[in-house]
Amino acid sequence: MLTAVAIAVDGLGFAAWLFLSSVGLTLIYGVMRILNIAHGGFYALGAYSSAWAIGLYTQTGSTIALTYLIIPLAALAVGVIAGLLIERGILRFMYGRDEVLMVLVTYAIFLILEDVTKLIWGTGSMVAYQPAYFLGTIEIFGIPYTIYKLCLVGLAIVVGAVLWWGLNRTRIGKLLLVVIEDREISRALGINVTLFFTVTFVIGVTLGALGGAVTAPQISVVPGIGAEIIVMAFAVIVIGGMGSIGGAIIGAIFVGFARALSVHLYPPAELFSIYLVMAVVLAFKPYGLFSLAEGRKI
Amino acid sequence: MRSQLDRTEKLLIVGLPILIALGFILPEWIVNYIQVSLGTGLVALGVMIQMRAGLVSFGQGLYFCIGGYAAGMAGKFLGISDIFLLLACGLIASVTIAFAAGFLLRRYREIFFAMLSLALSMILFGLLSKLEMLGSTDGFNLPSATYLGWAPEGDTAKHALYVATCIPTIICAFLLNRYLRSPMGYIGEALRENEIRLEYLGTSAHRAVHIKYVIAAGVSGIGGVLWALALGHVDPEMTNWTTSGQFVFISILSGTGNIVAPLFGTFILEIVRVYAVELSPNTWQMILGTLMLLTIIFLPRGLWSLIQEKKHAKKSGGEK
Amino acid sequence: MFLLLVGMLFAMFISSTEKSRKKLFIIFSMKTTYSEEELIMQNNTQVLSKRTSIWLAILAVSSVAATFSTQAVADDKEVKLGIVTFLSGGAAGPFGIPARNAAELMVESINAGTVPAPYSAKGLAGAMVTPIYVDEASKQKVADYKKLVQKDSVDAIVGYISSGSCKAIAPVAEEEKKLTVLFDCGTPQIFEDIVTEPKYVFRTAAHATMDNVAAAKYVLDTHPDAKSIAGINQNYAWGQDSWRDFSASMAVLKTDVTTTTEQFPKIYAGQYGSEISALLTKKSDIVHSSFWGGDMEALVIQGGGRSLFKRSQVVLTAGETAIEGLGAQMPDGTIIGARGPNGPLAPDNALNDWFQKAYSDRYGSSPTYPSYHMAQAILGVKAAMDKAGSTDQEAVIAALKGSTFESPSGTVSMALSDGHQAIQETAYGTYKFDKETGKSTLVNIKRYAANCVNPPEGTKSIDWIKSGFKGADCK
Repeated sequence: MLTAVAIAVDGLGFAAWLFLSSVGLTLIYGVMRILNIAHGGFYALGAYSSAWAIGLYTQTGSTIALTYLIIPLAALAVGVIAGLLIERGILRFMYGRDEVLMVLVTYAIFLILEDVTKLIWGTGSMVAYQPAYFLGTIEIFGIPYTIYKLCLVGLAIVVGAVLWWGLNRTRIGKLLLVVIEDREISRALGINVTLFFTVTFVIGVTLGALGGAVTAPQISVVPGIGAEIIVMAFAVIVIGGMGSIGGAIIGAIFVGFARALSVHLYPPAELFSIYLVMAVVLAFKPYGLFSLAEGRKI
Repeated sequence: MRSQLDRTEKLLIVGLPILIALGFILPEWIVNYIQVSLGTGLVALGVMIQMRAGLVSFGQGLYFCIGGYAAGMAGKFLGISDIFLLLACGLIASVTIAFAAGFLLRRYREIFFAMLSLALSMILFGLLSKLEMLGSTDGFNLPSATYLGWAPEGDTAKHALYVATCIPTIICAFLLNRYLRSPMGYIGEALRENEIRLEYLGTSAHRAVHIKYVIAAGVSGIGGVLWALALGHVDPEMTNWTTSGQFVFISILSGTGNIVAPLFGTFILEIVRVYAVELSPNTWQMILGTLMLLTIIFLPRGLWSLIQEKKHAKKSGGEK
Repeated sequence: MFLLLVGMLFAMFISSTEKSRKKLFIIFSMKTTYSEEELIMQNNTQVLSKRTSIWLAILAVSSVAATFSTQAVADDKEVKLGIVTFLSGGAAGPFGIPARNAAELMVESINAGTVPAPYSAKGLAGAMVTPIYVDEASKQKVADYKKLVQKDSVDAIVGYISSGSCKAIAPVAEEEKKLTVLFDCGTPQIFEDIVTEPKYVFRTAAHATMDNVAAAKYVLDTHPDAKSIAGINQNYAWGQDSWRDFSASMAVLKTDVTTTTEQFPKIYAGQYGSEISALLTKKSDIVHSSFWGGDMEALVIQGGGRSLFKRSQVVLTAGETAIEGLGAQMPDGTIIGARGPNGPLAPDNALNDWFQKAYSDRYGSSPTYPSYHMAQAILGVKAAMDKAGSTDQEAVIAALKGSTFESPSGTVSMALSDGHQAIQETAYGTYKFDKETGKSTLVNIKRYAANCVNPPEGTKSIDWIKSGFKGADCK
């Protein structure tokens, strides 16, 4: 019983983190068909800037509560600055190139970002634990959980809901769905696809940075954290179906629970539980659980 | 199949003695980079021939690793050190596994092919990282190669291994070039262009993918053996996604136009990295990334397009 | 040379596009129209000037020529050290950079002659040191190594943090016949299995067996009534070996100890929520972890927030690198190791005082154990070269073999594996944060003599533990 509850809470917590860390990736892929390896770099940028801002802020000795505002602001700053710079400065010259080539482009950007973070923040570790500790803990069946972690579940739900609402219930969202469906026709209809790309990229980068920013208080921010997130995020969105927000949710839940199950019941399997889930899901649903049917041009 | 040799094949045949001669002329450290580049270059070749069919394998490290481990285990447990037997071990192991996995993978295209191949390679990574018998993540060392009972030592051994690396690499490249020019090879190109039309023509796309996958795996397995022998060491990092990713990047960077391109590309990338590290040990990744971006922007078809387009120019000039 | 290469690549780009500037202009000014772009792609088979091929030829020739020209002849008064540590990736921050910093400091101080006695003589046997730094995070470690030996003609190589690197490099070093001092990697296999008759390979730090044997001894010294142990270690060789040594030592030292759970999360996972829950549900007396760097700090932050450190006695065998950064966040009472008597566990001696001060003056933080290991390796080389009176490799090897030298972390004796493997005393301590001064300290420090926690010559580490530490001299 105790273990079952622990699995449920841990699985949910991990799933929320996975969703927050990978939703930006699926959004960018869905709209722009770019498999964005630089996502890991944005995640790291978000983590660094949030840890750095929290560190500066807490030195002033003011109330910790305000740090919960600093975290999303840091992510937004990264999204707007890095997102615009990279989309306007590099990516827009590449649109229409082969998807595989775009992967390489984003990989090159990722390599550059890795060193940029090192140049800005150095190689030492940064800890910004205050927001994670401020809310205290809650005991569930005798096991303490940090409330911050549980809040992340709430945040994941909010992010998911806002994205769903934005895509399905607003005019801009609906136009975006048209762009996803068929770029050429939407351009013919007079939709400014270029602008949509820019905005989507900025939002995607912001979400990636947000993933890093909310994680920063729970970890020690060190060089290399970006590389770790990429494959995990890929696995999540592939399981769910590339480019689908709902798919990212399902993928995150699948992976989150698979990991929690293996940790509690059979720890040695933890190392490849994610890939095992991915292989099994793809074996039965070759294009992910939530894949959109794609019209084939003959 | 045309029996006539095309330009690439002539280049390969002429290139082999030159390559071997370079091994005696150039300083040893650079020969070393050539040698390891030939091993990894073969894997990049495997990636490249799949890319010709529009399939991007993000898990080619799987067969690179299987080749290396098969050779390593044959050495460790069976005491085999003969290079021909080791190559055979690596080849058989990777082809067998690829044949089985091919039944699953041949149904996939695009990013799903990439991710599933990645998943398979990462499962192997997980398994090897757990196996203490095989040194876990630290891996284990291979014996020095022998050649049909001949066991050279010192400098002779280095040269022998270098020659023994060059020959299979060139043979593989030669055969792959033949394959790409064969009807089976052209099916690959058709596959990338339009699979449905291909099926209308009465060819099984699945079968073509399967064959291609197995061939790529075989080449990668050989690459793995050669690389492992050059290094004298294998570890699970060989099947980690970062390694596989590198193969993909090399193939794109060097271009898929010619069979020789990935072999050259691997070496050039390696040398650029070495000098980037020497120039700036702390920010070499940035230099590498910037050079990659510049290559993509200015040479969209890879480094090889520099050479290829020159040829085009000559041809069109001659016709006039 | 590299600049030349880059320059030529640029030239290639420019020449290759010279005749298609217009097209380039289109590419850059183009709106992001899909089909338009494709059209351009199709038209892109531009005709190139012959210059391209000339450039390519120049590139090939000059890179070959440059490789010859850079084969420098070793200067009489210069001694080149190749220094290999992680400069990128996850191990750079906690290990690679502190080690590189220590190397920089040591090289400069040795050249300036500011290291205290017995190392106050300038240079290595009078020769000034030129370091060459190489990133260990490379797929071609062996080729990089050979480049250092052959192209850069280094006199010795000091390096390698990862045990995997050491396993790959050790046999190559023997083959290349180049003095190679492994400074940090932990696996005992190097001389027990890989290179059983070393000549050129040395390791100036004790291997990891010592860390976990001493950890077990310390745990039982401070918690004699411990009944159950649990482990959380990274799922790779280092974590697996550490846990194996620790649990085997515990089983030998106290036969009624049971193991409740063995967690092996992926290295760099960063999220340990599930693992901490699993450890909490098992309620072990002792939790052992060989986590290092960012992973260890994340475990402390996440576990500290969830009372893991209150409910169990946590042992961090590589915890020392985090105590300064985490401060009050590291729970009091945590047992901390430093892979030897390093950092706050270092003995009181003039060399250590100097090292601590020089390092923190220069880098603004105290040196951690990777810095100590690096300093130790360089001082080992210095001791040997000074003793040999020359930088001649054979003489240096003879001097280093079986030697005993002083380091900031006390006396190091190259006692094992025919004088190639160092042993040292070690120490463990319990963490205490002084709220008033804001200083991290270790209290209740216990020292274990070198012969007590290291296997005797000729015995493999794990056999030695299983034999009940036969031959250990603990007084």
